[in-house]
Amino acid sequence: MSQGDLLHVVTGDDIGDRRRFIGKTLIWGSFAIVVAAFAMCAMAQTGYLAWELANWRPALYAYLLWATCLCIAQVVLHGEQGKRTLFVLPATLFVVAMVIFPLIFALTLAFSNWNLSAFEGPRFNGLDNVRQMWADPFYWNALKNMVYYTLAILVEYSIAFGLALIQASQIRARKFFRVAFLMPLMLSPVAVSWMVGKSMLEIRFGPISRLARWLGWDRPSFFGDPEIARLTIMIMDAWTFIPFMMIMLLAGLQAIPREVQEAARVDGASGWRSFWEVTFPLMLPVSLTAILIRIIFKLKLADIIINVTSGGPGGATDSVTSFIFREYRDRSNVGYGTLLAIVYLVLIVVAITVFMKAVDRWMNPRY
Amino acid sequence: MAEQIFHDHSSDLSYKAKWYAGRVAVYGILIFWTVVCLFPIYWTVTTSFKLAPNVMQGHMIPLVDFWPAWKGWDSLGLSPRLAGQESTVREEFLKRFTNSAITSVSASVLAVVLGSLAAYGLSRFRYKFGFMRNPDISFFFLSQLILPPVVLALPFLVLYRSLDLLDTRIGLILLYTLTVLPIVIWIMRDQFQSIPVELEEAALVDGLSIWQAFLTIVMPIALPGMVAAFILSLVLTWNEYFFAALLTSTDAKTLPVMVASQTGSQGINWWAMAALSTAAIVPLIIIGVVLERFIIKGMAAGAVK
Repeated sequence: MSQGDLLHVVTGDDIGDRRRFIGKTLIWGSFAIVVAAFAMCAMAQTGYLAWELANWRPALYAYLLWATCLCIAQVVLHGEQGKRTLFVLPATLFVVAMVIFPLIFALTLAFSNWNLSAFEGPRFNGLDNVRQMWADPFYWNALKNMVYYTLAILVEYSIAFGLALIQASQIRARKFFRVAFLMPLMLSPVAVSWMVGKSMLEIRFGPISRLARWLGWDRPSFFGDPEIARLTIMIMDAWTFIPFMMIMLLAGLQAIPREVQEAARVDGASGWRSFWEVTFPLMLPVSLTAILIRIIFKLKLADIIINVTSGGPGGATDSVTSFIFREYRDRSNVGYGTLLAIVYLVLIVVAITVFMKAVDRWMNPRY
Repeated sequence: MAEQIFHDHSSDLSYKAKWYAGRVAVYGILIFWTVVCLFPIYWTVTTSFKLAPNVMQGHMIPLVDFWPAWKGWDSLGLSPRLAGQESTVREEFLKRFTNSAITSVSASVLAVVLGSLAAYGLSRFRYKFGFMRNPDISFFFLSQLILPPVVLALPFLVLYRSLDLLDTRIGLILLYTLTVLPIVIWIMRDQFQSIPVELEEAALVDGLSIWQAFLTIVMPIALPGMVAAFILSLVLTWNEYFFAALLTSTDAKTLPVMVASQTGSQGINWWAMAALSTAAIVPLIIIGVVLERFIIKGMAAGAVK
């Protein structure tokens, strides 16, 4: 795209020295207040001040004040141009406050030993957490499980693609089926873990256990054996998220012009061949988007595991998130948990970058 | 009767048989998957009307297999028998319900407002914040999707503790807004890019300022997209469990946390759990049935370029 705004407006803003001065004063003045508030809170915390502060709220309010002043100052300083900045600025300030700042804080937290329930505060302990992580078999086990869980997406994808193909074909009661297929996505994972995991899969009275017995599995147990337990969790998670992929793929299928398939039929392609040589290649971009988003959601998988198996048996179903959740709940050590989470984040970023680069290379080959 | 002169060719007849077989297979798959999708919901709703013997004997169909009882709903204080009476369980439930409703609705509104503004700006103007240009800013917002909640969870626990925001709705609302913001920006960017710039140009020529043009011309056109983003955010935030479990304890506890905290203690007392689960999923089922096309629109937004 060319340089310059898509929506180009010529504005004759005449910003005088006085206005510029007011704008600068607004920004730096309020910034000074932020610094002062932070310093005051920090001093009160460490006991340098005579009075006690209950919390760090003053710093928060000061940040809000600074954010507001920054927005106002944009208009004062830059006129029309500033009003455009106002579209993006609030969201940016919000995300910076909610992500960048906590992430920096998390980095300091990751290298300290801080038991929240104990009285004493954080204690810097260098690389101790890293060493502990290196020797923690359960963390590596959880990471390995995440690989399995992620690979299960391929199966989900093929089921979702099949359902989307059927939905896109000529069927009656299309709307009914679409709503019905969408339903699992609406349910909260916590409710699903009771509805399916705790009651329908209950060994004595659950309907699925009854069905399994009727089919000849004498003593069905869905969470006893590590492999079967992991498979059960995969199926429950797939059940909630297949509709998501199905809808994305359906949207992609409906965007393919009919002429393409008609041309393939005229040329004598059978249903199977026209799928593999026409529909599937055309669907590749949509498929990759759907799979990528699904991977991102899968990496957050925790609710079902926490509520159904809490990682058992023997950590066989643990995801990283559920492991850190339990690690915190059992030992309330925030430092170690944060380190594990940050390592996880780094691994994810690396893996997803590699995945996207590989996809890019594959989709747009350079000869 | 004369002999029939015009016959279908035998290959056409076999084609027809194949067509019927295909239809049967297609509808068989559709019906099978419908059962897979809907049976757990059916099971939960009917179980909430069962008694212990019904559960143990595996009765499935109300009025035929068993006579519905209100015991499960009694335990929530939501049965007709208890309608007029004071009930502590019902108060507890309604408190959690309002908490969930307030946090999810406000977080979604906030995310849609912030996200739409940012998406509009990014689709119309060029920015330069330091080294960051438009694609960088877009990436900055969308990359939040990759961030797993667990990375932020423990730092936020500590930060909220020192800010005295633990166990408050505000704290949850802010976090939920953060988690759905990238999705909203994704959907809305797509939405605004499909609106021609000429519309605003005409409005600006007619003397509107850029914000007036946005509020009076662009927003009404983009409204379906905003509704889609809102509904999708609502679904995600209503069902959120992880942050709520970590950051709330008594005051701001949401419905999923309540459901989760009761699963362990109930044993075979299924009717109560089923009633609670039903009550927790009913709002979203209604939304899903009524507003299905918005949800589909929202999810399809990113798929098709």
